[in-house]
Amino acid sequence: MRISPDDVVFFEYGFVKLNLTIVTTWILMAFMAIGSVLITRKLKSRVKVTRWQSVLEMIVTGIKQQIEEVGLQKAERYLAFLGTLFLFLLLSNLLTILPIYEPPTSSLSTTAALAISVFFAVPFFNISEHGILNYLKSYVKPLPIMLPFHIISEFSRTLALAVRLFGNMMSGVMIIGILLTITPLIFPIVMTAFGLLTGSVQAYIFTILASVFIAAAAQESGKETET
Amino acid sequence: MLFDWFTLIAQLVNFLVLVWLLKRYLYKPILDAIDERENLISSQLHAAEATRTNALKELENYQQKNTDFDQQRHDLLIGAISEVNLERQKLLEQTRKEVEALRFHLQESLRTEQLNMGSEIIRRTRTEVFAIVRKTLADLAGVNLEDQMAGVFISRINGLKTDEKEFFYLALNHSEKEISIRSMFKLSMNQQDAIHTVLKNNLKISAGINFETLPDTVSGIELIANGFKVSWTIDDYLASLETHLAKLLNQNTETTSENIT
Repeated sequence: MRISPDDVVFFEYGFVKLNLTIVTTWILMAFMAIGSVLITRKLKSRVKVTRWQSVLEMIVTGIKQQIEEVGLQKAERYLAFLGTLFLFLLLSNLLTILPIYEPPTSSLSTTAALAISVFFAVPFFNISEHGILNYLKSYVKPLPIMLPFHIISEFSRTLALAVRLFGNMMSGVMIIGILLTITPLIFPIVMTAFGLLTGSVQAYIFTILASVFIAAAAQESGKETET
Repeated sequence: MLFDWFTLIAQLVNFLVLVWLLKRYLYKPILDAIDERENLISSQLHAAEATRTNALKELENYQQKNTDFDQQRHDLLIGAISEVNLERQKLLEQTRKEVEALRFHLQESLRTEQLNMGSEIIRRTRTEVFAIVRKTLADLAGVNLEDQMAGVFISRINGLKTDEKEFFYLALNHSEKEISIRSMFKLSMNQQDAIHTVLKNNLKISAGINFETLPDTVSGIELIANGFKVSWTIDDYLASLETHLAKLLNQNTETTSENIT
């Protein structure tokens, strides 16, 4: 049994491998990018807008509102990163309803890459807003002895992010695969529907956790800036 | 294998590219459109608020104008009423004066008519009285009225007392004009001679005597000289008659005036 779509390799040249995960991701990227271009090329700033524009505005403003509710005041700064994270995860997970589709999020490489993005995004946003000194000082607060624990926390939560998403998505795909073998009639449909819910929740959790990490670090750095 | 480094790096790059793509083609256009729409709505709201403020000002202005117009109309109405009352009083006064003048004029006309009528009555009465008397005397007594009147006039001159003659003498002989004898009928030559003779004998008159016949004004025979007059007429009777007639006409005039008023 295949656990990860990484195992499906279309082309391999030394270290370079073109597998199902990367291809699926490209397809998703193309779909999202082309869809955005198609919808936003005829944007109207009048009061009356098209339905697609309304849907996109609702999604974007919804994400922006969620980011603000987490505690990040300048939501526009984080919208591109966190919004893309959420939309990519959501679309990637929701498309599991297609029969032959395997989400790239069921690959630990993908979830690890996203978790690493969050890992680097936290210091990137904080340093750009509060400066590198204030960011580094937050690691030795309240006492310098806390430094190793802060570092361990950074790595562990990145690992937790990656494994949580991978585990949920991989297990969902695995369960559907197993159920298709045992009871191919009813249960796979139910589990697929359940997988849609799980995928949406995981996309939301991943994005919210990333927002919380950035916001928490921003608050710590913000305290340093005030003091 | 559960984990692949190349895939990890590739997915990392893919994700960053996707972030850039969506930022470029999704978030920025959408946020710009939202901001632009918010600005548009905000400007429209401001414009609407400005329009509303202007409308309220216009409303207040028009209400003020209405109030002013009502006040002005009220003032004009009051002024017009005052002017009408004034004009009415003026016209009433003018009418009253005109009526007064008309009444005065009418009274004057009535009075004049009354005088004329009185004079006419007196004249006719005198004529009729003399005609009747003349005819009566002629028919019943075979006497001529004119002769008798001239005779009586002459006898009256003859019958004057001495002091009266002296008085007349002084009065008549100091006149530079002629002595005038006026009568209602033409005196005959004999009568004129008789009168001339009696005046010359009794009153020593040296001036000329002018005889006049005035049937409408004289009711007998009169002697006029230097402001003095000796008359032998029925004027006293006619005066009494005229007085009675005047009373009667006055009563009629007053009644007419009251009716006019």
